[in-house]
Amino acid sequence: MEAYAYARPTTLDEAVSLLAAHANEGRRTQLLAGGTDVLVQMRSVDREPRTLVDVKHIADTNRLDIDSDPVFIGSAIPSAILNENEELKSLFPGLIEAADLIGSTQIQGRATIGGNLCNSSPAGDTIPAIIAAGGVCVIAGSGGTRRVACEDFLTGVGTNVLEADELLVGLEFPRPKGRTADGYLRFIPRTEMDIAVAGAGVALSLDDGGTCTAARVAIGAVAPTALLVPAAADALIGTKVDDEALAAAGAACTAAASPISDKRGTIEYRNKVVAVLCRRAGANARDRALAR
Amino acid sequence: MAEARDYRAIGTRPVRPDGVDKVTGRANFGADMNLPNMIHGKVLRSPHAHARIKRVDGSRALEMPGVYAVISGADFPSGAEGEISGEGGGTVSDLAMNIMARDKALYHGHAVAAVAAKTAFLAETALELIDVEYEVLPPVLDVDVAMEPGATLVNENQRTRGNESAGPSNIAAVTKFERGDPEAGFAAADVVVERDYRVPTAHQGYIEPHACTASLDEQGRATVWCCTQGHFDVRSMTAGVLGKSVGEIKVIPSEIGGGFGGKTVIYLEPLAVKLSELTGRPVKMVMSREEVFRATGPTSASHCKIKVGAKRDGTITAATAWLAYEAGAYPGAPVGPGCMSVFAPYDLENFRIEGFDVLVNKPKAAAYRAPGAPQSMHAMESAMDELARGIGMDPIDLRLENCADEGTQAPYGPVYPPIGIRKCLEAAKVHTNYTTPKAEGTGRGIAAGFWFNIGMQSSAEVRLSEDGTVTVMEGSPDIGGSRASMCLMAAETLGVPYDVVRAHVGDTESTGFCNVTGGSRTTFATGLAVVQACEDIIAECKQRAAATWDVDADQVDWTEGEAIPKPGVNIDVQPLSLADIAGSMGRTGGPILGRASLNAQGAGAGFSVNFADVNVDQETGKVDILSFTAIQDAGTAIHPSYVEGQMQGGAVQGLGWALNEEYIYDDNGVMENAGFLDYRVPVASDMPMIDTQIIEVPNPSHPYGVRGVGETPIVAPLAVTSNAVSDALGFRISDLPLSPPRVLAAIDAHEED
Ligand SMILES: Cc1cc2nc3c(=O)[nH]c(=O)nc-3n(C[C@H](O)[C@H](O)[C@H](O)COP(=O)(O)OP(=O)(O)OC[C@H]3O[C@@H](n4cnc5c(N)ncnc54)[C@H](O)[C@@H]3O)c2cc1C
Repeated sequence: MEAYAYARPTTLDEAVSLLAAHANEGRRTQLLAGGTDVLVQMRSVDREPRTLVDVKHIADTNRLDIDSDPVFIGSAIPSAILNENEELKSLFPGLIEAADLIGSTQIQGRATIGGNLCNSSPAGDTIPAIIAAGGVCVIAGSGGTRRVACEDFLTGVGTNVLEADELLVGLEFPRPKGRTADGYLRFIPRTEMDIAVAGAGVALSLDDGGTCTAARVAIGAVAPTALLVPAAADALIGTKVDDEALAAAGAACTAAASPISDKRGTIEYRNKVVAVLCRRAGANARDRALAR
Repeated sequence: MAEARDYRAIGTRPVRPDGVDKVTGRANFGADMNLPNMIHGKVLRSPHAHARIKRVDGSRALEMPGVYAVISGADFPSGAEGEISGEGGGTVSDLAMNIMARDKALYHGHAVAAVAAKTAFLAETALELIDVEYEVLPPVLDVDVAMEPGATLVNENQRTRGNESAGPSNIAAVTKFERGDPEAGFAAADVVVERDYRVPTAHQGYIEPHACTASLDEQGRATVWCCTQGHFDVRSMTAGVLGKSVGEIKVIPSEIGGGFGGKTVIYLEPLAVKLSELTGRPVKMVMSREEVFRATGPTSASHCKIKVGAKRDGTITAATAWLAYEAGAYPGAPVGPGCMSVFAPYDLENFRIEGFDVLVNKPKAAAYRAPGAPQSMHAMESAMDELARGIGMDPIDLRLENCADEGTQAPYGPVYPPIGIRKCLEAAKVHTNYTTPKAEGTGRGIAAGFWFNIGMQSSAEVRLSEDGTVTVMEGSPDIGGSRASMCLMAAETLGVPYDVVRAHVGDTESTGFCNVTGGSRTTFATGLAVVQACEDIIAECKQRAAATWDVDADQVDWTEGEAIPKPGVNIDVQPLSLADIAGSMGRTGGPILGRASLNAQGAGAGFSVNFADVNVDQETGKVDILSFTAIQDAGTAIHPSYVEGQMQGGAVQGLGWALNEEYIYDDNGVMENAGFLDYRVPVASDMPMIDTQIIEVPNPSHPYGVRGVGETPIVAPLAVTSNAVSDALGFRISDLPLSPPRVLAAIDAHEED
């Protein structure tokens, strides 16, 4: 590894001007949140010199607004803080389930869901859960602040809409109302410390009779980016989210998936398992919503 | 002959002497050596699985500031002679070519050059400036393909040993064992099971990558610091590769972060010595995890065919085994021991065993815990399970019906001394985990395991300090708590408390020769040397007491750590403790030390019986191990916790191999999962608590009845898993690993049938 520089801006303006200045000078910068992707990549695949711009010392990225609508989660907040927050857990059980899957206790002390999203791996665990929960990215740049729905944020394997002078400030989520709940499941061959072979997040709202009035279904690790699957949501809306509806939603996920065969699983395997995960995550979301 | 006895120290569970320093991080491992002016070496590895090396040119790299030396195959002598010792075997010449390719690169990751530079980063950067011209050749990547007539040859000069006239072949050797008339046996059988089984390439998965530092003194003598299972073997192998004499090399072992057989061979040491010789500086070399996977010892992938027949009453009438193992790029797959273990638990009248050592373009196989036995016994123990189902018999009863005993002639030749297989089977039958019915929808599997264990050469010295502290100096690197066992055996023999004994692993110049820590030999053979050296001390202490008391030495007894007059010897003296004698040794004749050196015989075979309950997720193919019970004959458990630790660790390695571990290659022979993310060893939460039960059938060849326990534990879990998964599914998947995609595909295929 070669020498690299480290910058620690304390305001968004400072961070953005650092990024803009480096972009103009053709210097390489990389944003640093928990570093659980960045530090590993710097040691192995991507060893070019750079300036690390740490996002953890900015007030806005450390903001956590739970009682508001939308709920706001700053991009510097490690998942351990989220996982231990009972109120968040009850509002977004599926999102927190996903955040709690990242790595291990030690990793979660540092890893952020913002970093997970910005790393933009097709297999990032929190991404389908963020999409299902209706997450919106709050992005700061030289031109001011803009908002992008999470499903529109990702552009490909490891790529997203962020410009060189932009950073993610945090994520906004519509505050769940009434009988609304979410669920996330991924499949890995082990119990932890692994990378998703497939993942599915489901958020849904039920009316008093238990009929589904709104749903969002997102899948991961079965396409170049995590995907929102409207057809799967349509299969749930208007039903009691029974086995038949869940099976139809699962089939819609399989239809939307375009996985590859690799060392982690075959196309056939991923197509099958993503449907299973959608069904199971959907059933979890339904049961949680019914319990509200 | 050793019998169950009451011991004072043996069988207790004190904390191991190296434990606290390892837990706090104070202990020094292979990569922790640092010397003034030290520089760093890195290896350039072939990007091709099979290629002719036309040219290696390091001149551009040498121009880079901070680069001190570049070496390649041309810098090493050719025509090295002799066999290497240790568990893996092979010739020094193959070892030398494996360490640094000469005219052909034989696997992706094969070393083709090395560089020494001021920093590790510079050395890595310099690798990119070494120009190598390759003529890429098609690789042969599968044992079945490699055995076909006309297959691409890994080595154009390789012929089958004993059948050289047949011309070049990838089959380096064929092993055969036969007794009785298998065909007549099958004709007499009521039920015959015949099936093919495949087991993938697996790595030992030690956490600590290979590392060493070498430095030459002004006379050109080399000192090598490294993590190894056998520094005397590192010395002779390094000398052999470099064309030096062993007297020119001193090897100092560090603590070792796992080896499991993989650190009985060498990869870096001759390169570091050569680079140090060229640069005049100490050179340190540390492998990355990727290098460990690409270039160091996996164990063989295998294709095994088993046929076994029995009468309705369970008597096996005949069995045959056809075992083909991938050796990697050079001969030496552990197919010999695979053949010798396949039927070891059974008393068979008619059998035939054939084994094939087959070259493929993959890294050269190295020893891995009971080398060769897990593959062949996975096949046989799976077939036994099917046979039990076929005749409607409990699988333990079927094994009891055919069980080998003391006096049985082992399939591989010798007549068994006392062995523990029957006791293990009987213990399994009544174990509460076995008598408790399995949960609804789950599967249960059982299998037997075996390993020969070995003796070989060991030395030990025992020294008394003036305060009565006992120092044990021996040469077996401690990979599983052996220093604690040495201390316990010394304490038992001398009759002193455990905590006055200190055990050390000496370097090649401060202690006598010891073979590698492998073959589960250390507690047995080096332990035997320690016991004998302690007896030497006792004899001397009796002399000193006799002189003090003015009697003959044969009038003195040694009990409970004290010299006392023999019964009937009528003198009025106080007993002299070891500490008393040590305190006055300067006045009674000088320092006291005992020593022993030996070539131990009668290691005593180790048998086990394991069983497990599993759950299979029918929609994802994921197998969860719900419970696992390991029962094993340890002879005598010197330190029961560390015996249990071996049983548990071996079980986890076997389960990992059964569930997810495998080398995944692309069509060009590039390993796609050279890291722990995708080479999936189990994580702690994947495993249930491994329940253990130690059986003790003492080994008559050891004063305390020890038999090796380190390797047997990995053998049975493979078939246990296959058998349990088959029980859960209601049909058999005969190949490993039972990874989710394979299991789900099998479920789907079965449903379509
Ligand atoms: C042992 C281990 C296990 C893991 N297990 C899992 C797992 O189970 N599931 C999983 O999904 N991931 C896993 N990961 C990957 C990683 O932990 C997650 O992706 C994590 O969420 C990344 O968060 P971070 O804060 O550490 O990001 P960083 O490493 O700091 O950053 C990740 C990427 O996002 C960019 N970035 C960070 N913050 C911002 C910002 N505010 N604005 C714009 N760009 C930004 C960085 O430049 C970088 O490209 C694991 C990693 C390790 C080391």
